[in-house]
Formats: sequence, C-alpha cells, structure tokens
Amino acid sequence: MDPLEAIKVTFFQECEEQLSELESGLLAMEQGETDSETVNAVFRAVHSIKGGAGAFSLEPLVRFAHVFETTLDDVRAGKLAPDNNVVKVMLRAADVLADHVRAARDGGVVEEARSQELAAALEALNGEAPLAPIASEDLDDMPGLEFIPLTVSDDDGFGDDFGFTPLSAGIIDLEPEGPALRRWTVQLRPKNALYAKANETGLLLRELKRLGDIQVSIDPAELPRLAELEPEQAYLAWTVVLTTDRSQSDIQEVFEFVDGDCDLTITADDVPSSLPTLDEANIDEPFDVMALIQQAQADVQAAPAAAIMAEILAAPAPAPVFAASAPSIPAPLAATAAAAGVAPDAAHGAAAQQATIRVDLDRVDRLIDLVGELVINQAMLAQRVTESGVPRSSNIAMGLDDLEHLTREIQDSVMAIRAQPVKSVFQRMPRLVREVAAMTGKQVRLVTEGEGTEVDKTVIERLTDPITHMIRNAIDHGLERPEVRVAAGKGPEGTVRLSAAHRSGRIVIEVSDDGKGIDRPRVRQIAIDKGLIEVDSNLSDEDVDNLIFMPGFSTASSVSDISGRGVGMDVVKRSIQGLGGRIAITSRPGQGSTFTLSLPLTLAVLDGMVVSVCDHTLVAPLTAIIESLQPKAQDVRAIGPDAYVIAIRDTYTPLIDVGAMLGYRTTPLDPTKGVALLVEGEGGARAALMVDAIQGQRQVVIKSLEANYRQVEGIAAATILGDGRVALILDVDNVVAARRREKARSDAKLAAAG
Amino acid sequence: MTPMTTSSSNSALRELISFQIGAQEFCVDIMSVREIRGWTPATPLPRTPVFVRGVINLRGAVLPIVDLGSRLGLQMTEPTERHVIIVTRIEEQLVGLLVDAVCDIITVRDDQIQSTPDVASDLVQQFVKGILSMEGRMISLIYLERVLPDREAEAA
Repeated sequence: MDPLEAIKVTFFQECEEQLSELESGLLAMEQGETDSETVNAVFRAVHSIKGGAGAFSLEPLVRFAHVFETTLDDVRAGKLAPDNNVVKVMLRAADVLADHVRAARDGGVVEEARSQELAAALEALNGEAPLAPIASEDLDDMPGLEFIPLTVSDDDGFGDDFGFTPLSAGIIDLEPEGPALRRWTVQLRPKNALYAKANETGLLLRELKRLGDIQVSIDPAELPRLAELEPEQAYLAWTVVLTTDRSQSDIQEVFEFVDGDCDLTITADDVPSSLPTLDEANIDEPFDVMALIQQAQADVQAAPAAAIMAEILAAPAPAPVFAASAPSIPAPLAATAAAAGVAPDAAHGAAAQQATIRVDLDRVDRLIDLVGELVINQAMLAQRVTESGVPRSSNIAMGLDDLEHLTREIQDSVMAIRAQPVKSVFQRMPRLVREVAAMTGKQVRLVTEGEGTEVDKTVIERLTDPITHMIRNAIDHGLERPEVRVAAGKGPEGTVRLSAAHRSGRIVIEVSDDGKGIDRPRVRQIAIDKGLIEVDSNLSDEDVDNLIFMPGFSTASSVSDISGRGVGMDVVKRSIQGLGGRIAITSRPGQGSTFTLSLPLTLAVLDGMVVSVCDHTLVAPLTAIIESLQPKAQDVRAIGPDAYVIAIRDTYTPLIDVGAMLGYRTTPLDPTKGVALLVEGEGGARAALMVDAIQGQRQVVIKSLEANYRQVEGIAAATILGDGRVALILDVDNVVAARRREKARSDAKLAAAG
Repeated sequence: MTPMTTSSSNSALRELISFQIGAQEFCVDIMSVREIRGWTPATPLPRTPVFVRGVINLRGAVLPIVDLGSRLGLQMTEPTERHVIIVTRIEEQLVGLLVDAVCDIITVRDDQIQSTPDVASDLVQQFVKGILSMEGRMISLIYLERVLPDREAEAA
C-alpha cells in the first residue's frame, strides 16, 4: 500500500473513533452535561475530522464539518446555549457527518438534500453570525487542502508526516479584511511533549505569520552548555509580536494542536501598530531561525557563547540543534520526525485514556490457536500420566494440576484479548432510534446499560443486525403513539431499554420496551390466517408469544419501511441460533415486552455433547439439543419402507440414524440399544438423532474444516479431543434438513413411478 | 547426492523430494513440502471420495489426508506405523499425502524433466506433470494442485 493510502486508512479508523466520541459527547450534552470539557471534546472530534479530511481533499466532508465546527465553536464560546433543540440538530448533524465520512471512505455519495438541510439548520443556529463564505469553488483551490510543502526548513522526510496540517490557515485566508489592527504579544515556551508529538515550533510561527505581521525573538536563556545539553530536551522559548486584525481566539487556534504541550501567553498590547517587521519576506519564505538565534546570542552578549556556538557548529551529530542543515528543527523533532508516521492530532485527548495498541487480528488468532493446542497437549499429558498409574498424590500429578490451572488462566486471558465491549454495537443504536422515531412519529428514549460488557469480536460483529431488528420492532410494534400512551396513563415518551450483562458464562442481551405488549389474540388470529397453526389449537400465552418467531409471520397491518416485511423475528432467531445462542420473549399486555438473547462469549469454543457413533466420536452442539432419551421398543414405529418415527410424549418425531446417515454403517442401529438426542433445527423442525452412546458434555475448541479442506455436508466443523484425535462436530440443521431433502427425493421417485 | 554441473544451460535448478508408492517412484517440489511425519490414525470424513482418508490433528490444525496411491488409481494403502505423511502446502491449504516411504532429495534442472508420455490413462495425464530419469529410475512429478477433489472439479 502506498504510504498515503496507509495514512488514509489510519485517518478513517480515527474518524470512527472521533465519531463515536462525538456522539457520546453530544448524548452527554443532551443529558445536561454541558461543561466545557464535554463541549471541547465534541468540538475536537469534529475539528480533527475536518483537519484530516482537508489533508485528503475530501471536500464534501470538509464543507460539512466546517459548518458543524462553526456552530460548535459558538457553543464553545458561549454564544449559543446548547439547549435540547440545538443538541438534537447536532445529533442529526453528527449522523450526516458519519455518512460523509463513510461516503468518503467507501466512495459513495451523501444525499445532497439531507446534507444541505442540516447545514442550513446548523447555520440557522449560528444566528446573527453568518458563516465565512465557503463556496465550493473557493475550496477547490484552497491551499490549506493540499499537502503544503513545508518551506520553513529543509523538508526532507516531512512531506507525508505532516499530512494532517490543520486546515485553519486556508480558511482564514478567505475571510474578508477585518477592522482595526491590534498588536499582540505571544509568548511560547514549548515543552518536550510538543516535539515528542511531532509538532514543530517553526510551523506554529509560520501559522502566526499568516495572521499578520510578526516580529519573532528567541529566548535562549535556558540553553545549557553543550556538555550539559540533553539532545531531546526543549530549551528554547519564543516571543512573537503579532500585528493583526484577528481576535485572540484566532491566534489561540494556531496553538490548537499543541494545547497543553507548551506554555502559552497571549496578551494584547492595544496599540494599533504598523511596526516594520523583522522579516519582510512573504509567507512562504522560510524563517531564518539561525538569524534569530544569532540575534539572541548577540543580545546575551556572553563571551563564551560565541565559543560554544563555534563548538556546536563544529560538532557533528550529537547536537543537531544548530546544525546548518536543520536550522529550525530542535533536536527532539529531528529525532522524532522520521518516526512520526502518526497524525499530530493524536496529540490531544490521548493522554487521559488507557494505553492501548492496535494489533493485527491474525496475530491474536494465532496466539489463540497456540493456546488451544497447549490446552489439548496438557490434557493429553494428564491422560497419559493417569494411565501410567502414577498416584494422585505424587509430585508429578500435583505439578500437572498446577499446569492445568495455568493453562486455563492463559486461555482465559488470551480469549480476553479478542473480547470487546458491546459498546461498539450499542453506540449505533441511538441514531437508529432517532430515525425510527422520526419515521413513526413516536417519542422514544433509549436507555442503554452494561455497555462495557465484553464479548468476543466475532460475536459482536454478528450482533448488530439482530439488535437493530429488535429495536426497530420495539419502536414500530411495541411502543404506542404519544396520544395513545397518554390515554393509557403513561408518559408520552416511550422507553426502549437495551442492556447487556454476563450471566453464567454467557452474555445476556435484553431489549425491552414499555409499550403495549404483545397483542395475543391478534397474533393468534394472524397465525391462523396464515395457516401457521390450527384454528382450534390450544396454546399457552408463552406459545402464542413464540409464534412471532415463526417464519413468514408479520404483524404489521401495513408493510412499513421500518419493519414488517415478514422477514422479522424468525431471521433474528436464526441468526442468534447461528451464533449458538437462544432467544426468549416475555410480554405483559399494556406494560411492554422483553426480548432476551443469551449468547456464548466466544465462537471459538462450543458447549458440546460428545457422543459415540460406530467407534467414531462426534460432538453435537448442546444448544441444539432439547433432551436425550433411551427409546423403548414400543415408542419406535416404522413408517413406510425404511423410515422410523419415535413417540415422545405422544408426538411423533422422525428418527435419524446418524451412523447410517454419515455412512459409518450400513445396517441400521437397533434404536433400543442406542440413545436418541431430541434436537431442534432451523425453523423449529425437530428430529431425534440416534447415536450409540453419550460420552459426556465438554467445551470444545472449534477448528475449521474449510481452512485446509472444504465443507462437508452434515459436519459443521471439527475439534480436537483430549487424546489428540480429531472429532467432527455435527451440523444439526443440515442433518435435520438432509432428511427432508431425502424425503423430497423419494417423493419425486414415487411421482415418477406413479 | 546427485552431483550437478553448475555451469549448465539457462534452466533453473530445483530440488524435489521423491517417495515410493508400491513399486513406483514419484516426487514433488521441495518448496511445497512443509514437513514429513509418521502415520497416525485419521478421523474419517463422511461423504468424501475414498482417497480422502480423513483428517488428523497437526498441532492444532485439522489436516486432510489424501491417500496418494488411491488418488492415482493405484491400490488403496493399508497404512501402518511405517507409512509416511508428507505435509504439503497447495496454494493456501495444507494437505497430507499418505505414501509408502520417502526416498531422497534430488536436484534437477528444469530441462531434465520430460513431458508426460502420451499413455492411455487419464489419471496419469491428470496428475503427472512430467517424468524424469534418475540413475535408471523413473520418477513422476506430481501435479499437486490437482490432488484435492474440489480442485479436480475446477479443472474439469
């Protein structure tokens, strides 16, 4: 990947982070937390996105972010009170901004009307302060949007590193001439951190120069003797006398990215001035920092200084501070510039967070694989030691016990690396709620709990769709319109609650609403109309509630845009089952419904029933098994020439001989000599699987068959047992469905014969 | 072993691992061989061609075992502990080849590999990339990419 693309990828990753920060900040503001820290965080998020987008010439994004930023700036400056209306507009603006970011990343286009509408809404909030005219044609040739060659010093190796040049310079250039000139004194004393984050004083000075005429003097008072000079230490300070028509905040903005990393004072001299400047050259001409330094040296008038100077100039690499090749780069930067692949805007806000690193997922997966092998190996070792007849109390056996604890702990810790908080899924929901609420004309409040609950990344990725669906359903079908709610004695605003928690080794996610609950007579009637149940079937309330999970069931009387295309809850149920999870519903008329999802913490391990089939060991996923039983001779009935059913509490369930099905045996197993596992497959189809014996329940590590071979019908995956051998994991859905396929085939045969 | 002249023609040298199945000798490029290990009982897979003997645990990975003799239309191998699995990398997949015994490593020039004689068997045409003569022995170079069943389907 070319370096620019790589930076771009990083930029978009950071955008995602900024966007989520933006949203959570705005939500906090909605809750009344309008302290400057929150507002600043929100502002920073938008500003960083704009800055980065400018560097990549993502113009629609820049344009929108700029409007947004301007409004936020007013809030920050206290000119605009962040009341509920304002925050609501901003939340929607954040959604559009997210769309812009995604459009820029994936090459799509944002609906122009929507973007315009919100831009207008934002501008309207700005009230009396109309925006600086940022017409698109102006943007096209805005110098700030390009990679500016840094003329301040020799720019070897700088070009890409400073990709994230703040945009402010370019925009400011476009503003009309202001009123009176004022003189400001800016005192700047960088700390080490400033250089460590790949910022540079020279650039700041140049930014200042863009604001007006400047006089720069350097203060080398703290510069130690060469022998004591720490190459990575910041010693120099600058005093800038700036004559400009800009406000203090404009000047402050120059130092936006180094906030906190330098001592900065800006004082107004209040003397309109047209003092001659030190440097008459135009903006793009480099600052002659050497001249400044020499001037400073002259000011100090210390005799040894000249000697030191000579010494320094003669000195090679160790003190590149004054080396002629890098006049304006203080040593720390010289050291870090080469390594500064990161955007400078990582400089702010990061300090308070916990230290994290980005790791390639493949490396983590490799580690997980290895630990899985370690666990297997440990189990094998333990088995061999037991077989060798070493007493339990011996040192070897006790050492093995310790090893077992250690490996368990390692396994848990490694799994925890892949675990992520469900926050990333939950965070998408406020937007969804806003949109669905707007479409249905309902008032909805979303309450989320347990956002920090961690679950495996693969599970997280596949949770979004089911949760999205359930929340849509909760708003569309569950909650009533405001007037209906008021009539029922509730508040006009409905609540949808989304929560996550760990419970006995699984993650439990609940989506509940305080709406009208499931309308059971109506559900029942629809199920009858659609032929899903018999007219006279006797169903408990729970059974009726569960009807909504049946394929093809849809309660929406009019098919709306939001939900009710008839691919509703059955799809949710199937995808949850696909994750090895279960879904349940409880509902109380007039008080609302709760959907409860229970999922395994990871997809890498599975709770399995280990069974024997003709000397082979197979694993059946425990989630699919309803019960196991030993068939009695009178319960098994032949139906047709070669098919059997088994009566389980007066219900006839097809009996499938797993061994025969997988081709392990040719003569069918005598049902009374085996064990039947009652399983439920996709769409609720049940079957009894005949196996020879049950060995026990075990957690197994899932190994893909496709990685080195290909998919095998009837087999979901493989695993490795304690003895080191591979065991196959049954694909229950496939086995149940295979029976139907065979039936269809034999039906076709019969039809052809008849 | 095999001494080669270094200043030979413009064709590149390559190293091959040769092995025995029954009375015949075959070889594969050494670069595609990951390791060689003894036979361990495989877990049979349902609904697979007879030449796929099943899968084994290769340090945590599930490795399919192809009975190369059966694949080439020779006799089915009755594996014992003396049989050998050559773990090869075929594109992105690892596949174990069950053979009778590994013979040696041979170095040949590309131009020493003769094209497959036009004999009747389709299987030979399909799986033998070329043959080479080595001290009076005839060694067939296996077309590894066609060993797995789904690749066979693709080729067809």
